[in-house]
Amino acid sequence: MTATTTPYAGLTAPSTARRLLTAPTAGPLAALLIACVFFSFSTDQFLTGGNFSLIVQQVMVVGTLAIGQTLIILTAGIDLSCGAVMAFGSIMMARMAAEGTLPPLLAIGLGLLVCAGFGLLNGVLTEKIPLPPFIVTLGMLNVAFALTHIYSKEQTVTELPGPLTALGGTFPLGHTDITYGSLVTIALFLLFAYALSGTGWGRHVYALGNSVEAARLNGVRTSRLTIGVYTVAGLLYGVAALLLVSRTGVGDPQAGQTDNLDSITAVVIGGTSLFGGRGSVLGTFIGVLIVGVFRNGLQLMGVASIYQTLITGVLVILAVTVDQISRKRAR
Amino acid sequence: MSRNPRPHLSLLRVAACTGALALALTACGSGSGAGSSKSGSGGVKVGLITKTDTNPFFVKMKEGAERSAKENGAQLLTAAGKFDGDNAGQVTAIENMVASGVKGILITPSDSKAIVPALAKARAKGVLVIALDTPTEPQSAVDALFATDNLKAGELIGEYAKAAMKGKKAKIATLDLAPGVSVGVQRHDGFLKGFGVGAKDPSVVCSQDTAGDQTKGQTAMENCLQKEPGINVVYTINEPAALGAYTALKAKGREKDVLIVSVDGGCTGTKAVKDGKIAATSQQYPLKMAAEGVKAVVSYAKDGKKASGYTDTGVTLITDKAQSGVDAKDTAYGLDNCWG
Repeated sequence: MTATTTPYAGLTAPSTARRLLTAPTAGPLAALLIACVFFSFSTDQFLTGGNFSLIVQQVMVVGTLAIGQTLIILTAGIDLSCGAVMAFGSIMMARMAAEGTLPPLLAIGLGLLVCAGFGLLNGVLTEKIPLPPFIVTLGMLNVAFALTHIYSKEQTVTELPGPLTALGGTFPLGHTDITYGSLVTIALFLLFAYALSGTGWGRHVYALGNSVEAARLNGVRTSRLTIGVYTVAGLLYGVAALLLVSRTGVGDPQAGQTDNLDSITAVVIGGTSLFGGRGSVLGTFIGVLIVGVFRNGLQLMGVASIYQTLITGVLVILAVTVDQISRKRAR
Repeated sequence: MSRNPRPHLSLLRVAACTGALALALTACGSGSGAGSSKSGSGGVKVGLITKTDTNPFFVKMKEGAERSAKENGAQLLTAAGKFDGDNAGQVTAIENMVASGVKGILITPSDSKAIVPALAKARAKGVLVIALDTPTEPQSAVDALFATDNLKAGELIGEYAKAAMKGKKAKIATLDLAPGVSVGVQRHDGFLKGFGVGAKDPSVVCSQDTAGDQTKGQTAMENCLQKEPGINVVYTINEPAALGAYTALKAKGREKDVLIVSVDGGCTGTKAVKDGKIAATSQQYPLKMAAEGVKAVVSYAKDGKKASGYTDTGVTLITDKAQSGVDAKDTAYGLDNCWG
């Protein structure tokens, strides 16, 4: 083994890059399919269009957060603040719109901007001081959490005006009802899957995650790219905030408390490496669905919810194990 | 590292490996759940959604529901939020239970207001919804409420404390739950009402939130004593908070001359009453709430009659130092009927 091969592992031939992008998705996809087959046989209610529509509805909030989380983890960063930032965005949209401080659409717009602002701040602190993303986002988690509770005065906001809940509306497709929010989430997954695999920006994100130094030497403006990634992630948390409000029909200051961990869980189960540079948004989509399918399927079978936690934990360890093994062999 | 000459891991192997393990996992998950779900298969499906899986109060509630489901030939599905206040988790559980065809859902709402739209959707599909322990806001968001009268629970210990003070000048500390949570507010207000003091009365010298947690209860009591060393009555939201307060008082050598009263009636708490650490507690009955709830769903499935309104599942003052004029049972009764 020679020391020089490692830094170039992700950057050499396109075929290598493609293999690295697709390999981590194969395992999760197989796990998802097997889980679906298993639940189809073990309960009568699982294999129905309505139930699949339900699962997608249930995962869309964490799924949208997880897109942002994937981008950040691909740069070898992490974001612990995503759930709290989303909660702040959602309570802001809900309260401003419900109390008439702003027209509903402007309230939504402001909420999106504020979430993007949190992302920008995370990126700037990470890059310019610089501080480790873990620390920056841990601090931001507390800041956003506190602001949520201060701003909301611990009150749940009910009676939301139409535009805030519009994405919770449904349209019929065959015998099932699909929510508009599910479509937004799926569209975002497709958009970012394309952005990562089909654009120069995407290639730079991977390069950054593999080696900041190598990326910089190759002409990538790493600092600007990182700040951009955190900002885009923040904006995605804003979209998640709107999806959350539309799904539950209320502004809830307690929301999102474990969603930071849930989003990381989905990213990791989806085969994206926590060490950066390897993985994909589509993998994350599969990861999100795996968690949703297990929760739904076990619930339909009548298994107590604590087993869902148990299984999710094992899946995370398993996913990282597979990542480590494939990483070692890929050298 | 170079022992294995193969260039990279075969995709197939990763897939097979992950898949097989996932299958093994689901199989093991189903095995453990089969006991509870198969016992009444074919019967009416009843859903129970608690705030968390881990709080002994809800564990007891689940036990009551399981026992009642068995007796009534019903099948019980259970779910819980990840933490106290996890509304989204409860919404997901409601949807999944409706999808699995439950006849009724028993729920202890984590957020009394935020859960309302999700409950409305379930009721629109003909599912009977009963709130246990904690009312929704508005209360009409559910078909029926089976719960302790928390205001009365507070009043009982307030009256008790008043009688036990025998006219001495009171300096009261209240160790509360959290802002805006109805259970905590009602018990607190009930205590003040029973003691006969107003909300802004100067005899209430310190009020702190504890989240019903023993460690936080201890910290809160320490801080209260720092602020006002002469405190002689301590109201606590529940017994863990009371035991925290006791620890703080004991460190100052004050445990004998301060009166601690509480609400809940858990077994650890009732034992603490027997040991003299807590003077009195208002005992509530989670097992009964759940058992009655399951019965109501089963009878709805049979004859279509929906339970409605508020059913008081009862509260009893437990103490070994009874005061004249205040109805109470001793700790022997309390330990026979405690939960957790």
